[in-house]
Amino acid sequence: MTILQLLWYGVIALLFAIFLFLDGFDFGVGMATRLVAQTPAERQLYMRAIGPHWDGNEVWLITAGGAMFASFPLWYASLFSGYYILLFLTLVALILRGVSFEFSAHAETPRELAVWQWANFCGSLLAPFFLGMMLTSMIQGVPMDAQGNIWAGFWQVCNWLSIVGGVATVYFSFLHGLHFLSLKLPAVDARKMLHVSSKVYWIAYPALIVFVLLAIFQTDFYTARPLSTWLITVIILAATICGHWAAAHVRGGIAFISTGVTLAGVIAFIFNGLFPRVLIGVPAKNSLLIQNASASPKTLTIMTIVLVCLLPIVLIYFIWSYWIQRKRISSSDIQGENGY
Amino acid sequence: MIGLASVLDLSRFQFAMTTIFHFFYVPLSIGTALAVAIMETIYVRTKKPLYKSMAQFWGKIFLLSFAVGVVTGIIQEFQFGMNWSNYSRFMGDIFGAPLAIEALLAFFMESTFIGVWMFTWDRFKPGVHVIFIWLTWLGSTLSAIWILAANSFMQHPTGFEINAQTGHVRLTSFMAVVANPQLWVEFPHVIFAAILTGGMVVLGMSAFGLLRSKQKREFFTKSAKVGAWLALVGSLLTIAAGDMQTRYIINDQPMKFAATEGIYKDTTDPAPWQAVALIDTKTKTVKSSVDIPYLLSILSYHSTSGSVKGMNTINKELHAKYDKKFGANMNYYVPVKTLFWSFRFMAGVGVLSALLTFLALLWSRAKKDTLADKRWFLWILGICTYLPFVGTTGGWLITELGRYPWVVYGLQTIADAVSPTTTAGQLWFTNIVYFVLFCVLGGVMVFYSRRTLHHGPDYDASEVNDTKQVHGNAREAYQA
Ligand code: HEM
Repeated sequence: MTILQLLWYGVIALLFAIFLFLDGFDFGVGMATRLVAQTPAERQLYMRAIGPHWDGNEVWLITAGGAMFASFPLWYASLFSGYYILLFLTLVALILRGVSFEFSAHAETPRELAVWQWANFCGSLLAPFFLGMMLTSMIQGVPMDAQGNIWAGFWQVCNWLSIVGGVATVYFSFLHGLHFLSLKLPAVDARKMLHVSSKVYWIAYPALIVFVLLAIFQTDFYTARPLSTWLITVIILAATICGHWAAAHVRGGIAFISTGVTLAGVIAFIFNGLFPRVLIGVPAKNSLLIQNASASPKTLTIMTIVLVCLLPIVLIYFIWSYWIQRKRISSSDIQGENGY
Repeated sequence: MIGLASVLDLSRFQFAMTTIFHFFYVPLSIGTALAVAIMETIYVRTKKPLYKSMAQFWGKIFLLSFAVGVVTGIIQEFQFGMNWSNYSRFMGDIFGAPLAIEALLAFFMESTFIGVWMFTWDRFKPGVHVIFIWLTWLGSTLSAIWILAANSFMQHPTGFEINAQTGHVRLTSFMAVVANPQLWVEFPHVIFAAILTGGMVVLGMSAFGLLRSKQKREFFTKSAKVGAWLALVGSLLTIAAGDMQTRYIINDQPMKFAATEGIYKDTTDPAPWQAVALIDTKTKTVKSSVDIPYLLSILSYHSTSGSVKGMNTINKELHAKYDKKFGANMNYYVPVKTLFWSFRFMAGVGVLSALLTFLALLWSRAKKDTLADKRWFLWILGICTYLPFVGTTGGWLITELGRYPWVVYGLQTIADAVSPTTTAGQLWFTNIVYFVLFCVLGGVMVFYSRRTLHHGPDYDASEVNDTKQVHGNAREAYQA
């Protein structure tokens, strides 16, 4: 394994982690439009909170996909063709969520508005579920042939660990969304968000324990890389406790960071456990490795140069766009279509 | 297995469907973003509120297009892995990089600045705010370069070698991939076609606006002018770039060219142009045709002499060249009729757009300004809102089907590119869901665009309210 291969494995992990950190709260906000908001006006306000940002956040997923294609084409080919239906369902969910923002701004009757708000909710709920399922089903090992084709049957895709993984992704995204809203909405609503979050948080502990137990039996993570795996597990748990405490003590900022760390931690957990493989095959000799799934050194070098040049610039204006819109929003912000 | 169609057919259908649908919105977004940017720039320059209102109004159309474009674009990013995994394995070393660069360089820019642009009209000075729409437009244009770089490699591979061990393509020169001559004829053609598209849509919708209400006359006449200028310049440049492309593919992909002209047997010298032709693909003959003498030589070589090779000859040449590697059973004839007619529709759109926009500008010039009174002409313009999409779809059918049987020209066949693991059942399922979804998205997008048009701009409060607006806006309703 070369330095560049290692680097790009890390970059892919980082891109997925940033994606889940950012779009995670968009998903959570979408869920909150049904689970917390009571009126169409409130729903519109929640959606307005992420209106300027969700698209940019989603681009991290697009970038992760593109970067995976560029740096590990064999991984990209095997994973996405192997998880065909799950990925397809994720895409449909993302499509519904994506158009709902613009279409709901054009709705004129309560019923029309309800259609797009439901689209937003369903998309926001299902996208992280299917994505979480895909990531956690993959780590249990999947039937692969020598060409790297995945021949996963229904039970390989849909099993206890993958369902718990999907639900956990949804669940932490929801909390994350509540915490984001607590930073963006007027003070009264903000407190409500944290109140809800601190209640819902109790489910996190049993969920985490079930997940860890399943992971111990269903994956080789805790035996193959015990030290780092346990370390990440502890970090996820600590972030959970910290977030819970912060939510209970009305500290939205800390709560937000904590759920973000939890979500990014899930990605770290997966990528750490996979290493040095990218896909765990059954039989093991058919596994795809970082070493043999990557693009040529030349392509990796070029991609590294591109990344080093472009990413800092992207980060600057990306963060700037949050900074200039950091103020809390209120219902007066959603007068007029599209924010004008 | 569900019969009727093979995995290969279903995968090809899916690619065609998702890409054609996506590419309705790509040129529309690039084109309308440019129109909006120009309008807002005029506003910054002249301080006339009319132009701010124009930028905001057409901005709504742009945003609707952008929304559908973005969500259908996500499919593009993943479907190579999903449906074409062997292609992805074969091409990954080349194809992934432009895709990743596209995301890093273009998508972030587009998505970030569109978010800023939408929500900060009151926050920034007009001179600063206008920068955001220009950056959005720049982002979408840059994205076109990179995806077309990837497409160009498939049309005309450059800067690679075949890895002896894996049989996959391996990058040898990134510069050669970016400097691909195919790219630098394809990119201008596509970008100018996008400008044409944006212009024709603004023009056509303005024509409908003028037909509906006399009160918004100033608004829609001015909008029509911006649209007409864009579409005129766009169409002339598209045609010019198309001419370059034509002369490029004569040498590079002669089969594609011969098919677009329906030529089976080598032509005489000088070559006549078949304006329309009855083509029989079974017997590989042209039953009858309307010929214009000399024109094909002129179109192909810009000269009154020169013959064009027919498909039968090219077929033999291709067999001689590729049989050793791909076997003698390959069929090198592309779908001739589709290419022949697609080309005529595409080129027709170009010529018709140029003509219509010229007339529109003639009749709306400051001294005359009778455009709004020519209802028959406004109807034609209005219907032509949909015209550019015929052109762009035709263009892609030529480009992609004309590469048959290759997915990567001369290197990999379409049949070898498909995912071995997907099943016909899965593909039926996804095709049907995508189809229904696209009908809904496209339908709603058009419906909301039309409704936005009917409500008209907020400009000029002194006007009598339309009865339509009594319903008001849901948002206003529940805020009251
Ligand atoms: C008389 C004018 C035109 C000529 C001579 C022309 C020529 C061509 C040729 C030869 C191709 C195939 C290139 C290849 O396969 O590499 C092409 C593709 C294409 N054309 Fe045109 N075209 C014309 C007008 C238009 C117009 C008006 C539009 C749009 C409204 C358009 C949109 C496209 C698109 C989207 C493609 C596919 C992308 C590409 O390969 O560039 N064309 N055109």
